[in-house]
Amino acid sequence: MAEFRLPKNSQITDGITHKASADAAKVKTFKIYRWSPDDDSQPRIDSFEIDLDDCGPMVLDALIKIKNEKDSSLTFRRSCREGICGSCSMNIDGTNTLACLKSISDVKGDVKIYPLPHMPVVKDLVPDLSNAYRQLTSIEPWLKNDSKVADGGERRQSPAEREKLDGLWECVLCFSCSTACPSYWWNSDEYLGPAVLLQAYRWISDSRDEQKRERLDALDDSFSLYRCHTIMNCAKTCPKGLNPGKAIAGIKSEMAQR
Amino acid sequence: MAKPRPLSPHLQVYRPQLTSIMSIMHRASGAVLATGSLLVALWLVALAAGAAVFNPVADAMQHPLGQLVVFGYSLALVYHGLNGIRHLMWDLRIGLEIKQVYQSGYLVLGLTFLVTAALWLAV
Repeated sequence: MAEFRLPKNSQITDGITHKASADAAKVKTFKIYRWSPDDDSQPRIDSFEIDLDDCGPMVLDALIKIKNEKDSSLTFRRSCREGICGSCSMNIDGTNTLACLKSISDVKGDVKIYPLPHMPVVKDLVPDLSNAYRQLTSIEPWLKNDSKVADGGERRQSPAEREKLDGLWECVLCFSCSTACPSYWWNSDEYLGPAVLLQAYRWISDSRDEQKRERLDALDDSFSLYRCHTIMNCAKTCPKGLNPGKAIAGIKSEMAQR
Repeated sequence: MAKPRPLSPHLQVYRPQLTSIMSIMHRASGAVLATGSLLVALWLVALAAGAAVFNPVADAMQHPLGQLVVFGYSLALVYHGLNGIRHLMWDLRIGLEIKQVYQSGYLVLGLTFLVTAALWLAV
């Protein structure tokens, strides 16, 4: 059953304000969710005033600056800083995206940053993605076939067959979409969510894969696939411009036609 | 044993947008229709029971509060019907690009207003 309120240990309190220096000309305030397992306090929102004249253009630049100069305990995931690794996904200004692809100048007013929504928090902006990864494993995201290739070479695809994978293979598994989906919020124990279903469709659509029927069988229950109600928050929020909702409609269509 | 992890905020912080708002409105209008259908059934039963029962029911419907209930039901009916067509199109894999989702969304909202207004002006 959907629980709309946050549990007691998750309710957010006011935190500390880190002022900018007096000579800072272009100040922007970053309000960041903090929680540490090392003390007994509630989650809180800390404010960091940053001089934008002395900071890179992206939200990730500001986070790194804060960690380097103001509070080294600030914890977040990041790696490539160019939208390829999918590590720095978080909720910025009300929607999920990658901090490295989000311009600070796109945010009006204070920049509010939370971890990906409705997830267990490991520390600060780091969510526990174990359940999402377990769900990804469950769709067996690899090529499955038993047949031998006639000439012993590669499994060839026509350009048209290869084209069916466009818009699917580019996913960086940041889980911005799944954690933007209200249906996933309420049913993440049984509903696979948009990110994992996009991957499922990627393998269902692959002309070289011989287990399409088994893959569809595995999704054919009332929760795994059909908790998608085409809300479309997933496609709206995807930082890579992909469309998980459309992929899910593709799976539903395959399911109906067989 | 590690202490229990907090749950990150969700509804509290996620920006309301056309996609999610129209979805929850679809569910809410469905609930209104399910409840309203009971009232329609009552109205029919009253009609079948004759003037003595039907007259007070008809009077209640003419009362401003009664009119408000009927208006709410008609609004829910028109919205749910039109947005239902949008959902059927999606099930046929039509109009799923995010730009089209917004176009059809605004179209449904505009038509809901117009059709409901036309209904009430005509009756």
